[in-house]
Amino acid sequence: MTHISTCPDCCAEIHLPADTMLHELLPCPDCGAELEVLNLNPVELDLAPEMQEDWGE
Amino acid sequence: MPDLRIALLITHIRPEEKLLIEAFQSRGIEPHIILDRSVNIDLTAGAEQLAPSGIPWSAYAVVLERCVSTSRGMYLQAILNSWGIPTVNSYATAAVCADKLLTTLALAQAGVPQPNTRVAFDEESAVEAIEGLGYPAVLKPVTGSWGRLLARVNDRTAAEAIIEHRLTLGSYTHHTFYAQEYVQKPDRDIRAFVVGNQTICAIYRTSEHWITNTARGGTASNCPVTPELNALCLRAANAVGGGVLALDLFEDPDRGLLLNEINHTMEFRNSSKPTGVDIAAHVVGYALETARHAEAETRVAAL
Repeated sequence: MTHISTCPDCCAEIHLPADTMLHELLPCPDCGAELEVLNLNPVELDLAPEMQEDWGE
Repeated sequence: MPDLRIALLITHIRPEEKLLIEAFQSRGIEPHIILDRSVNIDLTAGAEQLAPSGIPWSAYAVVLERCVSTSRGMYLQAILNSWGIPTVNSYATAAVCADKLLTTLALAQAGVPQPNTRVAFDEESAVEAIEGLGYPAVLKPVTGSWGRLLARVNDRTAAEAIIEHRLTLGSYTHHTFYAQEYVQKPDRDIRAFVVGNQTICAIYRTSEHWITNTARGGTASNCPVTPELNALCLRAANAVGGGVLALDLFEDPDRGLLLNEINHTMEFRNSSKPTGVDIAAHVVGYALETARHAEAETRVAAL
């Protein structure tokens, strides 16, 4: 089932793939903001945390 | 081993974590996802306290650490290993790989060929260190990833400016001046993936920019794993404690392969397709093997 939500930054409608996971990161197709899935039922998106200095591989 | 309890420590789910979860599921295992932001651990208590998943940490046969936050991941590995819970990778391996200076030392002790590298802590001695290597040189933070804050230093004027900026603007970690010779490599470097005692695959990362990280736009293509590449990678991986590692190598026209750095929480989203190797499946296999090995040791100890 495809989930539908809106970008918290630009309000664009976003269709999430059926295999979307909780806490997955995904880009807004309209504004490019990086979003995090905070809830799947109902879908809740928020801006992903800003990159920190110690982030990496 | 469908009854094994496995935890996956994450900051959030990137394509790699999604692939790893699917690889566990294909083996009939549903890993418990634990967010590093939800952790609240009593350091004076032990492994019987509850994890955010609601079961004791001690119930996990292995914890696969995939935090994008290096500090959170490393501290959690330290805690879990101190309780006797196996992690992939171990804290010992992560602590060396997370620090470029410690990695260089470990590789030097193992006799692994690497670029000439110097360290200094003062403005004047840092310029001397860079000039000892010759221009151009590369200044790198000792911690950090994705090619961030690397500086190619072409002359003394640039060296003095970058050093002053780091001393003035940076945190104390930027006051350690880790300088490396600039290797005249072709427009690519090699990223090799080691899982346990095998170099499972490698890619060329090609870019017109001197920084070739795929996070910075480098493109990935298959690099054959020759016996020479495999042997060097295994030596280097063992030097830092072994595990699941991504090794970055330069092809020097005169000296051959040089080990540049080693990553302990590797990204591989762009690498399975060009190599045809299911990297996530190898990582999951290694994690389960680690769990099996730890359980066998526990049984022997109980005899």
